[in-house]
Amino acid sequence: MQFFFEVLIGGLLAGVMYSMVAIGFVLIFKASGVFNFAQGAMVLFSALTYVSLVERDLSPWLALPITLATMLLLGVLIERVVLRRLVNRSPMTLFMATLGLSFIIEGASQALWGAQVHGLELGVPDLPIEISGVFISQFDLFAAATAAVMVAALSLVANRTRLGIALRAVADDPLAALSLGISLPRVWGAVWAIAGVVALVAGLLWGARTGVQFSLSLVVLKALPVLIIGGFTSINGTIVAGLIVGASEKLAEVYVGSLMGGGIEGWFPYVLALGFLVVRPTGLFGEASVERV
Amino acid sequence: MSALALSGAAPSAASASETASSSGRGTPLLALERISLSFKGIRAVNEIGFEVARGEICALIGPNGAGKSSLLNVVSGVYRPESGAIVFDGQRRSHVEPAWAARQGISRTFQNIALFKGMSVEDNLLTGTTLTTRASFLEHALGLPRARSDERRQRAEVAEVLGLIGLTDHRSAPVGKLPYGLQKRVELGRALAARPRLLLLDEPFAGMSASEKQEMAELVLSVNTRLGTTILLIEHDMGLVMDLSDHVVVLDYGRKIADGAPDVVCRDSAVIDAYLGVDHTSSSGGVPGSARATSSAASAPGAALEVA
Repeated sequence: MQFFFEVLIGGLLAGVMYSMVAIGFVLIFKASGVFNFAQGAMVLFSALTYVSLVERDLSPWLALPITLATMLLLGVLIERVVLRRLVNRSPMTLFMATLGLSFIIEGASQALWGAQVHGLELGVPDLPIEISGVFISQFDLFAAATAAVMVAALSLVANRTRLGIALRAVADDPLAALSLGISLPRVWGAVWAIAGVVALVAGLLWGARTGVQFSLSLVVLKALPVLIIGGFTSINGTIVAGLIVGASEKLAEVYVGSLMGGGIEGWFPYVLALGFLVVRPTGLFGEASVERV
Repeated sequence: MSALALSGAAPSAASASETASSSGRGTPLLALERISLSFKGIRAVNEIGFEVARGEICALIGPNGAGKSSLLNVVSGVYRPESGAIVFDGQRRSHVEPAWAARQGISRTFQNIALFKGMSVEDNLLTGTTLTTRASFLEHALGLPRARSDERRQRAEVAEVLGLIGLTDHRSAPVGKLPYGLQKRVELGRALAARPRLLLLDEPFAGMSASEKQEMAELVLSVNTRLGTTILLIEHDMGLVMDLSDHVVVLDYGRKIADGAPDVVCRDSAVIDAYLGVDHTSSSGGVPGSARATSSAASAPGAALEVA
């Protein structure tokens, strides 16, 4: 039983890491209907930039704000240079644009920082601590706490600030928002900047967990089932879905995988996601349809 | 409660109408000139022109598909007309951008309620005050003094509008949970929070019960008389239109068939034909009649009829 809880909690905490990537997607999708495939590349780029700065003997306290500013700028730039020109195009066009962007960002990262693998140390040891007989990774707890802070901050921005009100207005009804003088490009720019910051947080945590390497941009593929299960438009949904995916893949690996020779962790979330697509295509918290103007 | 809020709003409204009249007494606030618009080859709006005088309630009526909403969308910048011009407060435009319309003080409601459903009543109204924001985006992000004073002023304005539309008690309710009649009010309130010079109401009474219609009509009237807001509205209910409006424009199949004071318009034969229908054998004889009405209305736009 103790082993079961260890697997369950480990899975839940891993799920939080998936949610963190997925939240970046939800923000942009909600505000502009764009499925931003480049979110993974942004995660990679942020981690790589930070780690490269630190390796060039910059203090982490200087490297962090520089990386943060870079990500804000990158988000605003992508919106202004690419997506603003593609307003009202088909979702497929927008998706292809972000797919292209993801390769460009990866290529630029490599040109800028090189292709070698880096270790990233955040100063949080990845050692288990014991809580009433169950061993839990300290790093995972730290990551979950960071995610909680980030979600709380996002919800504060969304509910308490004028930007947040404008953002939710644009997400709900872009036409009505436009008629009130809310500037859609400005709101989209802000959302891309915020998604850049979310990518930074995810990049640092994932980078510290797996090492900073180019396969980091593939965390997108882990976020995809989370998005399908949680619904593309709900941050709460991505958190719940992240927990479901994390817990179920680890439990499946341990209890079912052993019967099948293992290795089901990689594809089990997609089985879940396909199940959801068939039974509940809008996901747990998703809206029935996204109307575009 | 609402009387108190109204008296608070009155001074600014009075000064607003003062400046409006000083900037051009007699010139209409809005003039549409020979506006045409097609969708996939179908003429939705065919060379329609009319004027909306400062301070009046103008009703746009006509059967379904007559082009009423299309015209409203032209004024608010949703649609771009193929030809013709929009003259707002002396500024002539071949088309209007939504952002420009909002900056000029043109606010609107939508035929199907277009509220931000997940947000509270108060937050919905706050979105209406967007253009009165003075502090920059960065100041707001950092909560600097100018941003805080924006916030205070806008919340106060919203509180005033809440009183006016009688929804002070519902201000923190999520708007999607309110009954339909109240949602219509919130949408009007959101448009009012922008302190509009021209208010466009797309079927403000649609789908309402008789008593809700009555309350809404009183609200629209009080906005017009107390705040001095010029209103252009679309409505099907002829009784309401006659009671409420100073000026009626009748459309049919994308053309204007009558334009004038309500009591004159409702006796117009072309209007009666359009509303009650003409049987097809006599409709060929009816066409010249409506063409005549159009040309006479065009040569004597509104004013002559209103004086009479």
